[in-house]
Amino acid sequence: MMDARMTSAPVAGAQPRRVAGGNGIDAGRTIRFTFDGRQYTGHPGDTLASALLAHGVRLAGRSFKYHRPRGILSAGPEEPNALVELRTGPRREPNTRATVAELYDGLSAASQNRWPSLAFDALGLNSLFSSVLGAGFYYKTFMWPAAFWEKLYEPMIRRAAGLGRAADEADPDQYEKATAFCDVLVVGSGPAGLAAALAAGRSGARVILCEEDSLTGGRLRAERRQLDGEPAWRWAEQARKALEALPEVRIMERTCVFGTYDGGTYGALERVADHQSQPAKGQPRQRLWRVVARQCVVAAGALERPIVFPGNDTPGVMLAGAVRTYLNRFGVAPGRRAVVYTCNDDGLRTALDLARAGVAVAAIVDSRPEGEGQGAQVAQACGVPFVPGGAVTAVQGRMAVSGVSVRDAQGREQRIACDLLAMSGGWSPNIALTTHQGMRPVYDETLCAFLPAALPPGMVVAGAAAGVFTTAEALRDGAQAGARAAQACGFAAEQPALPEAEPESCAIAPLFHALADVPSARWAKAFVDFQNDVTAKDVALAAREGFVSVEHLKRYTTLGMATDQGKTSNVNAIALLAEITQRPIGQTGTTLIRPPTQPVAIGALAGAHRGRHFKPARLTPTHQWAESQGAVFTANGLWQRAQWYPRPGEMDWLQTVNREVRTVRQAVGFCDVTTLGKIDIQGPDAAEFLERVYVNAWKKLPVGRARYGLMLREDGFAYDDGTTARLGETHYVMTTTTANAGGVMAHLEFCHQWLWPELDVQFISVTDEWAQIAVAGPQARNVLRHVVDPVFDLSNEAFPYMAAGEVTVCGGVQARLFRLSFSGELAYELAVPARYGDALARRLMEVGAPYGIAPYGTEALGVMRIEKGHPAGPELNGQTTAHDLGMGRMLSTRKDFIGRHMAQREALTDPARPTLVGLQPLNPADQVVAGAHLLPDGAAATAASDQGWVSSAAFSPTLGSWIGLGLLSNGPARHGEIVALHNPLAGTVVRARVVSPVFVDPEGARVHG
Amino acid sequence: MRLTCPFCGSRGVEEFTYRGDATVRRPAGDAGAAAWVDYVYLRDNPAGPHQELWYHGAGCRSWLVVTRDTRTHLISDVRAARAVAQAEREEGAV
Repeated sequence: MMDARMTSAPVAGAQPRRVAGGNGIDAGRTIRFTFDGRQYTGHPGDTLASALLAHGVRLAGRSFKYHRPRGILSAGPEEPNALVELRTGPRREPNTRATVAELYDGLSAASQNRWPSLAFDALGLNSLFSSVLGAGFYYKTFMWPAAFWEKLYEPMIRRAAGLGRAADEADPDQYEKATAFCDVLVVGSGPAGLAAALAAGRSGARVILCEEDSLTGGRLRAERRQLDGEPAWRWAEQARKALEALPEVRIMERTCVFGTYDGGTYGALERVADHQSQPAKGQPRQRLWRVVARQCVVAAGALERPIVFPGNDTPGVMLAGAVRTYLNRFGVAPGRRAVVYTCNDDGLRTALDLARAGVAVAAIVDSRPEGEGQGAQVAQACGVPFVPGGAVTAVQGRMAVSGVSVRDAQGREQRIACDLLAMSGGWSPNIALTTHQGMRPVYDETLCAFLPAALPPGMVVAGAAAGVFTTAEALRDGAQAGARAAQACGFAAEQPALPEAEPESCAIAPLFHALADVPSARWAKAFVDFQNDVTAKDVALAAREGFVSVEHLKRYTTLGMATDQGKTSNVNAIALLAEITQRPIGQTGTTLIRPPTQPVAIGALAGAHRGRHFKPARLTPTHQWAESQGAVFTANGLWQRAQWYPRPGEMDWLQTVNREVRTVRQAVGFCDVTTLGKIDIQGPDAAEFLERVYVNAWKKLPVGRARYGLMLREDGFAYDDGTTARLGETHYVMTTTTANAGGVMAHLEFCHQWLWPELDVQFISVTDEWAQIAVAGPQARNVLRHVVDPVFDLSNEAFPYMAAGEVTVCGGVQARLFRLSFSGELAYELAVPARYGDALARRLMEVGAPYGIAPYGTEALGVMRIEKGHPAGPELNGQTTAHDLGMGRMLSTRKDFIGRHMAQREALTDPARPTLVGLQPLNPADQVVAGAHLLPDGAAATAASDQGWVSSAAFSPTLGSWIGLGLLSNGPARHGEIVALHNPLAGTVVRARVVSPVFVDPEGARVHG
Repeated sequence: MRLTCPFCGSRGVEEFTYRGDATVRRPAGDAGAAAWVDYVYLRDNPAGPHQELWYHGAGCRSWLVVTRDTRTHLISDVRAARAVAQAEREEGAV
């Protein structure tokens, strides 16, 4: 649709600000894009920002709070202003920095945080109220009345002070995660990074070179500089080729290393397909890398600082280094008549580059006094007026710069017409990755920069990131760092031959603001943090109100927050605060930078783990068969289990479950119980080990028998239960609850390896190896006789209740048979190798048909266990003791076991503790609800009269009544008493009689049948 | 973060689960209530090297005694818990 629109509309072909010689673009090809619906053109290699500037577009966005017009400040990831919405529909991405958004044919971008249009923004009125929107306005203005906050203030602020809009639909693209290992990770591919990668790579070390940009070279592409008599960017391309030829070197462009983590682990985001209209089939949009590196060379370069003066946020005020990037890399002149404002020699180069590109330079303003720095020579070389000891005190123009007011060393002010102001407050080393582990940087007075001090193990910093600013020194520093890193990994590294660089000066005199003689009222227009609209006035106000710690300043003013994380503002803010509080910058401090250094989409962090892939699904061996039977499934942890098997004509689930329960109680049913944890235990000390982990005795359990066991935690509370069968002299198989299968396994390993290493016993989880099916009901034995091979005697005498043994089924298939009953009926659990589970279910259906067999799900299983009073998850909730569950007498007094000592605590054996009881409503139709409070009959519903709760509830088709299990204070002594089941959510009270928790066959005759 | 399992080598931390303090020892049965309360509930919280138990559940299922600096997360030692426990038994027996 968009393509059709683009071909039918006329395209502005001319790019009026394009100049020759952009080393990073393909000027021979033209591609098209739209911004706020208008058609533009650009070249491959452009960013959205460079292409907009090529058309003379200055206005790129509105500011966060005051909705001030904002232009493009930078040429890189530090951009605070030019945030746009990229793409449309489900691929719409908010808050994208136009300075790093690579242009592709058909790209569609829109400005954000403006209404109705970028040029006329109704909320620009916020500027008029800036006096009440200052630092901490959230806390001050909207305090009262409290009810107004939620209903009025917050929605209003959210609408007014916003960024972009997230897509309304699910992201259609895929994201991947991957791990890479290397000896040396090099972050950044400027002169230092390339030299480091060459030095390390040539030693044979495995090197990964990560460059966040689409091209390697860093500032070598941004500056008009020569190496070995050739343009420096050509050397960068040759170095890249040399690295490509090394088999152990991997170059990863468009990959931002965003975080340093423990133990030499780094997070990196690869923008695989962000530069295409959409990912190719099967290609992820982004890939999240975890890079494990023995050594890391951080050559992340430096970020240029703006200067704080009134109107410094007007579109057309740009960082000087960014102006050079647009000229030299993109072939774009961001203005026609420029003023250069700097405090350092590096900034002066901008005037030379502008003049060479044919841009008129109206003046060079250098804050340093006459004679300091190279300003006079540069001004003379370009034939430009020079203002030493000068300052820019005001900016003319609202939507774009039309001129600046310049004050000279004598205090005389003049207005200079211009449409571009290139400013440089010097460069701040990009040290983010060095501080993620909590290491604080230190301030260097000479370089006017924070430098890394202590570093995480295995990390070195090189080049501009270490305050080494000239190209020649950065190359040397990088080569040294790369060689040292490779040597640390055991490689014989040598320093590579380095190209000859021209001499250059980076001399600087500190300058963070030009407010010395500016009346404080105008500080409100001097921006420190462009993205958060924090002005010099806000910093002063915060200091006056006592927020003199950098951390407090940040939180009070929101300085340094949001997508740019203060990349262009932090140092200026600290310097300003230092001056106001009359402290040296070094003692004023710095905030630690946290990962990620650049925004990382939640989609990338989630990777493939979304939707139904959020967590794995475990399917039982009979899952497909159950599906074919129309089963309804329920999640049980990761497991999917059949909940019930509806039949045609059944009106609701309760009818189905009642039928399944009756089938088991009257004929025979079967249920997949594979999900119960199964742990194979072998060794001469296996019995001794069981004695120590279970509360009850195990040594006398004969081979071929199973026993119910209860485990406590060491604090004396019940942990897990299940049956364990003795299959041989030294061989047991334990079952656990479904929920605790993994936990019990780890617990057994812990007990063995850490507490009792002297015991000769081994464990292995066999949960997935065996399909286990419970066959229950009066006809269970008759059905099994058709399955278990006839050589095995299934008579009650030969294979009684709690018998266990190895058998064969269906003509020789190895199996295990246990005569266990959860339902209270004559029942067996039959285990076959998992691959036979499906076939076993089909065979049971077939041979059981004459006996009226039916499968039953977890719901019927639950009803029958409640009818039999067996505790399960709701009773084993981590707060109950063996005594509470009516199993206090199981605790052996003749041996030590986990939890024994703490279980004897007085409070844990207090009979007044809520203890397991059965609850039968006086009116069988009254629904019993789990979670209801148990109160004395007629007592007020107060916490004081609360005596326990209903833990499990079900409708019992066997009794024709709702029933429940509950934990009631002094429970066993109160059988026969009537209590109230109070459900405060529904506002209902049900009167019920306290009974034995065993509702069906309390003598246990059926299981022995 | 990574741990070097004595059996599996250097592995990502997501293969392991943390349990806690490895300096506490399960008291003898007759040790008395105070010793048991100490063992079950009370833990020191040192700033510096700390011995702690980790479980290589997604690997070889070994319990490990890991020495980690709680200030820097620097792992200075990883040993099999069983070997540590056995060595202590032998020392105790001498």
